[in-house]
Order: sequence, then structure tokens, then C-alpha cells
Amino acid sequence: MMAGVGGGNDFQWCFSQVKGAIDEDVAEADIISTVEFNYSGELLATGDKGGRVVIFQREQESKNRLLSRGEYNVYSTFQSHEPEFDYLKSLEIEEKINKIRWLPQQNAAHFLLSANDKTIKLWKISERDKRAEGYNLKDEDGRLRDPFRITTLRVPVLMPMDLMVEASPRRIFANAHTYHINSISVNSDYETYLSADDLRINLWHLEITDRSFNIVDIKPANMEELTEVITAAECHPHQCNVFVYSSSKGTIRLCDMRAAALCDRHSKFFEEPEDPSSRSFFSEIISSISDVKFSHSGRYMMTRDYLSVKVWDLNMENRPVETYQVHEYLRSKLCSLYENDCIFDKFECCWNGSDSAIMTGSYNNFFRMFDRNTRRDITLEASRENSKPRAMLKPRKVCTGGKRKKDEISVDSLDFNKKILHTAWHPKENVIAVAATNNLYIFQDKIN
Amino acid sequence: MQDPAPIGLSLPQLAASRCNLCWRGRRSSSFTIKPGLQTLMTLAIKEHEQHERLEKLKTLFGLPVNKAKLTSQRTRLKNQNGFHLCRLGREVYTFVSTSRMSGSLLNMFSKGTKRKFSDGDEEISDESLVGARVASSYSLQRQSLLDMSLIKLQLCHMLVEPNLCRSVLIANTVRQIQEEMTHDGSWHMVAEAFCSAGQSPSERLVATEVLCRSREQDAEPKLFSVISYEGCREEEVVADETLCSVSVSDTVSNVCLAGRIGQCWEKSELSGVERDEEALEDSRLGSGEDEEIDTKDRASTESPKTIGQVFGTFEIKNGSPGPDSALEELFSDVDTSYYDLDTMLTGMQSAPKMGPYDILDSLAPSHSSPSIVSTPNCRSDLNELDHIMEIIVGS
Repeated sequence: MMAGVGGGNDFQWCFSQVKGAIDEDVAEADIISTVEFNYSGELLATGDKGGRVVIFQREQESKNRLLSRGEYNVYSTFQSHEPEFDYLKSLEIEEKINKIRWLPQQNAAHFLLSANDKTIKLWKISERDKRAEGYNLKDEDGRLRDPFRITTLRVPVLMPMDLMVEASPRRIFANAHTYHINSISVNSDYETYLSADDLRINLWHLEITDRSFNIVDIKPANMEELTEVITAAECHPHQCNVFVYSSSKGTIRLCDMRAAALCDRHSKFFEEPEDPSSRSFFSEIISSISDVKFSHSGRYMMTRDYLSVKVWDLNMENRPVETYQVHEYLRSKLCSLYENDCIFDKFECCWNGSDSAIMTGSYNNFFRMFDRNTRRDITLEASRENSKPRAMLKPRKVCTGGKRKKDEISVDSLDFNKKILHTAWHPKENVIAVAATNNLYIFQDKIN
Repeated sequence: MQDPAPIGLSLPQLAASRCNLCWRGRRSSSFTIKPGLQTLMTLAIKEHEQHERLEKLKTLFGLPVNKAKLTSQRTRLKNQNGFHLCRLGREVYTFVSTSRMSGSLLNMFSKGTKRKFSDGDEEISDESLVGARVASSYSLQRQSLLDMSLIKLQLCHMLVEPNLCRSVLIANTVRQIQEEMTHDGSWHMVAEAFCSAGQSPSERLVATEVLCRSREQDAEPKLFSVISYEGCREEEVVADETLCSVSVSDTVSNVCLAGRIGQCWEKSELSGVERDEEALEDSRLGSGEDEEIDTKDRASTESPKTIGQVFGTFEIKNGSPGPDSALEELFSDVDTSYYDLDTMLTGMQSAPKMGPYDILDSLAPSHSSPSIVSTPNCRSDLNELDHIMEIIVGS
């Protein structure tokens, strides 16, 4: 049970670390676009708009510092994707990393998939801490010696060297997507993965880069009839034949790959009937699902639309079992948010390791956590002001109207440029990583 | 991407020619920039490189820099002749000119006071005024949302493909508005506005704050605050009591809504939209709009097609748009391959065939007769706008 020590259900989140520049002037390339823990939680990967991947590793816990768990330090940095130019369409392909997904570790090296709008790459991150020395095959100036000149057989000796972390691209899966890739998801068979763009989903084998299977295609024959796009997709954590994909109309389709080669016909269709009393011109836009995540158990899935997070039981299609309002106070501001395009922001959501809590981001660098058992929720802020080591985070509150109490912030003072779109929760412990524009905040649950 | 040649004089000239400060009827006169110009504005303001210049511009206009508060995004600085710098989306700005009179009208809307018309001979009853005002402001706002959506659809980043999901959502919103307007019977006004763009400026608000309102079927329509670019002050807290919603549960109530509006319109002696709306429109809006009677039938049959033309396809194609559409006329005087909405949605295909100067010159003369009132005011702004445009384009 992941509840805080001491029997309480409430987490007490404390600041642990912040990564990134402090400058007010944020370079566009430094904006973090994805955050992901690996399966053990030892590694934390971030991708940014400049196409770079930065991997942090947790240091071993030292006996001296009992109060804090290991800190995350930079382990490896590499340029994953470069900007490209599509000559056929005269368009630039952004190098922004849309998603990173780790593969489970099978040997000493770590593997991850990183995707930009069009291409997915499989990276191998390996350590090298020994070097072979003692070769007698080359001259001092580096030229190969003539084999006839070599008269002795010398076996090289492995000498320790400074730790070097190398990242090398092992596979490049390209040219399979006409539209922008929004999701990748590794299958539970650890051999295949799916990639989804706006209109199609492809199934790949990790070893094969020149072919992929198209398993979902919702492109209409006449593009003028296009009214719905795919917004996210994920494989089931245990059943390798099941996956789900969400749409811009607020629906989720669960497909079984055993049923047909092309999974255009869904096996299950999840949609909550619309409340007619709250219908407006923006109803469809705010119902568009920006993220879908299976629970670790595989029994539930969670969807994030603009104003709420919904938990669905896979066995019940007609409505979600739980709905949590993230920032309901924005409902009356939808017109402004449409004007400044904020209504199209795609927030992500995540489960904790035991599926008892969920987390998602909001504006003004706020992020929200919901405890599914106690139904309590909390709003916290990722800011430099609360950046003292082990400082406990104070809950924040947004006041919707009328008198503003002390410490509350009014809706109109919210900064809509500071949005938390990407968050990640450690798979086993209460450690969370929150991406606030170009900074990565790491918070830990207080150990009593 | 190369920066286009500085727009220079043509833009202010065009802006000036589009001003119409004469108030007639319930329509406010404001200047909606033609789509082509919007694209040029986008070209001129490219996100990365123009950031600094944009900040300078913001400072010039007194907009807060590096802050993105909700109210500040609606901040408009009104210079002496009513030119506003409006923010349409991230990093995209456009010039909107609103007449002082329309501005004060909108102020009145937001404060709920009675308005006076310049040609106010008619006697207005309070009740009908309330009803008419509500109905008209709803349709004004809906119109503004439509405008905003259309402009959003047409603007796209020059070098990077636009977001398909966003385009689809905006297009669906436009469809939804168009369906409702067709029910209302007010779609033809939009179509006719497109048609008559060559003869008189399309006179609509660019955007307003609260579009939606909740409404019980048989309850009295409540007044709600309408905050436009004009009426909004930076520090004003938006007090939106009503949720952003329209309670229309099915098509029946949709019709009911339309019917209610129709009723309100009929009751009101100021009504510009009635069963034979064209006749009234004719008298209200003056010489500019002669062709509404003719266009009504054409527009209503054309409306589905027009919408199709409006946001076109999302496919990348080079085909020319179909014939005989209201929108065609809007674009008829420009090089269609450049302003083709298809290419706009999916990225430009090729370099423009005409330079910016040529395009603007071709647009400007299409406006026949600027009103006398507007010209001197606008001309005095030319130098100021010149200066601003130079900053934007960075010449």
C-alpha cells in the first residue's frame, strides 16, 4: 500500500529537486515535452522541443541521509531527433519529442523509444566503465602495424575508466506516418509496439524497421467529411491483444487484435452521454480526450479531457465509474480560452504504482492529485518559491468569485502560459516528476 | 523562410479604406481583415524571430509583456481613432478597427443601459429592447465566434504543418454554428456579407468574451455581460454568472430558440432581422448592401457548400476551389493558389505568386466608397500604423 507512513491516506509532498534553467526568458527548444519513468523507477527520461533526451538516474541511497531518498542526477543526454524538411510538401518536420517509452530491462543496457511527429527511434543506453589496453597492433602514431612485424601475442588487459554513458540509435522506424504521431505504446509481449497518429495506428515489431502493420485507419475517403481524429492510444498492460484509442469527440474504443487484421470495428465503445443542460459551442472541444492511460492492474483506464479526469471500468462502457473535476472554474472562461488557443492544450494524466491515486496538470503551474479511496483532492504548485529542500508543499486554492480569501488565487490571475502538461509518477514509490515549461520538478512524499 | 517585403503603406491604406464609422441599425461597424491579409500578417509575425519585435509592439500598445493573464489577453489599447491590436491566437496579432459608436454601444450592452441610436426616431419599449438586445447580442457573439473560428482556420504556420486535431475541432465548431444559424435563418446574412465584401466592408465584431449562456426554455432570457474588445479594461474581473452553455436539448428547442429570437426581433421596432429581413437590412445598412434580396435564396441553398468551401479539405491538394460560391467572390480578386484554404490548412505549397504589395493593391481598390467620416480619421493614422508595421516586419 502506497499510503504515507503513519497510516494516513494523505500524501505529504515535499520538494526534492528542480532541473533546468532559472531564466525568465525560456528558449523554445528547452521546453519539456514528455516525462517518463522506466519500469524500475531508477531512470527518468525527459524529451524537449529541441529534440533532445535527458535521462536522470537515481543515486543509491546513502546511509547518512535517511530523510531523503536518492536524488536524480543527469545520466545521459543525447540528441534524439533533428529537424527535417519534407521536400514533397515543403514543410518542416519538428524535432520535438512527442513521447518517450521505456522498454523493460533485459540486460545491462537500457532501451527506450522516442518519437517525434514522424519518426520513432529505438535508443540503447549503455555504460562503459572499462577499457581494454595493451594492444600491440598499432604503432605509436596510430597506424596499423604490418602483420609480419608483430612477433608477440599480447592479450589486452581491461582497465577501469571513468564511467561513460553512451546512447546509440539501434532502430529507426520511419516513413510510416502521414500525420503527426501522438502516442507510442509498448506491448506486453515486449516484442511489438504501436504508434498512433491523427488518423492511423500502426503496429511495429521492434526488430523490423521497414514494415509496419496498419491496424486502425479512420481516414475518410473524402477528407471534407473528416470530423474526428485519434488523440491517444495505449496497449493493455497484460493482454497483448488489446489496445484502446481515444478520439477528439470524447469516445474511447477498445480493440482486440485477434478479431481482425484491421481493427476498425471496435470491441468496446466507451462514451459518456452528454449532459444536455451544459451543451455549448465548446462542448465538443472540451470533451476531446487528450490522454488515455490503463491502470497498472489493467482493470481500469483513465481519460483526460479539458476540464476533468475520468476513470472507466473496462467492463462498463456507458459511463465512467469516477469523474474528477480538474479546473471547473474555467468552464465560464471557455470563450477566452478558445481565443488564446489554450482550450486545445493537451494535458496528460498518470496513475500511482498502486492505482490508488491519480495526478494531472493544470495552469499557473498547478497540478492536481486525486485519491480514489478517500475522494480527497489536492492542488499543488510547482514553483521556485517552494524550492527549499524538503520543504513541504502547501495546498493551493483557486477562488472562483466573490471574496478572495488570503492565500487563494483568483481565476483571472492565473497565468495561462505556465501550464503543466506532462507529469509522471514513480512506478513503486511516492516520487513524482512534474514538467513546468523548461523546468523539471521532482517531489517526494515525506518520510516520517 | 524569407521575410516578405514590408507591407508599408498598403496596409494602412487598406485599413483606412475599410473603416466605416457610420452607425446604422443594430450592427456595429468594425473592420474584419480579409483572410489574405491575415496570412500576410502571420508571415510578418513569425514566432521565433519576431518575438522581440512583438514585445516592442506590445510595449508600444501598452500591452503587458510576458504575462498571460486572462484579462490581459483581452486587453486592447484603443488609440485615438479606434484601432485595436487584437490577439487572435498565440503570437498572432491583427488590426481591428472599431468605431467609437459601436464601441459605446457594446459598452452599453455590457452595462445594461439603454442605447440611443443616431437615427433614433422610433420609440422603443423596454421589454422589446431587452429581448432584442439579448437576442442580438447572442447572435453577435455567435457571429464573432464564427469569425474567430474562420480566422483561426485560415492562419497557419508557414513552415510547420498545422495541428490536424485543432483544425478539425475548429471546423466542427464552425459547422455547429452554421447549423444553428441556418435554423435561425440568419445564415444568409453571413453569406451575403461574404458576397458584398467587395462593395462594403463586412461589419462584424471580431470577437467577444462570453458567447454562451444558459437558458431555460420558457424562462425570460437573462441579461448577461457582454464584454468585447472595446468594453474591456485590463483590470476588470469578468463576472460571468451564467455558465458557458446553451440549453438546447434537441432540435425542437433549437427551433424554439430560433423562434424566440424571431419573436424578439419582431417585437422590436429596431429589429433588423425579421421574416423579410432583407428589406429592413436594406434600409438599415444603407447604400452598401443592395444585393441582399437577391442573395437570400442563393445563399441559403449555398450555405452547406459555402461551409465546405470555408474550411475546405484537410488534404493537401492543389486543386482550385469550386465555382459559384459566396466565398469564391471573397477570394476572387486574389491569386487563389496562394490563398487556397486547403493549402492554408496544411501548409503552403509554393512561394506566393504575387508579392504582398500586389495583393494588397488588388484588395484595396475593391472597396468602392469609403465613408467620408472615416477617411480623415483613418488617414491621420497612416504614419502611426506605418511605424508599427515597420516594427512588426522589422524592416
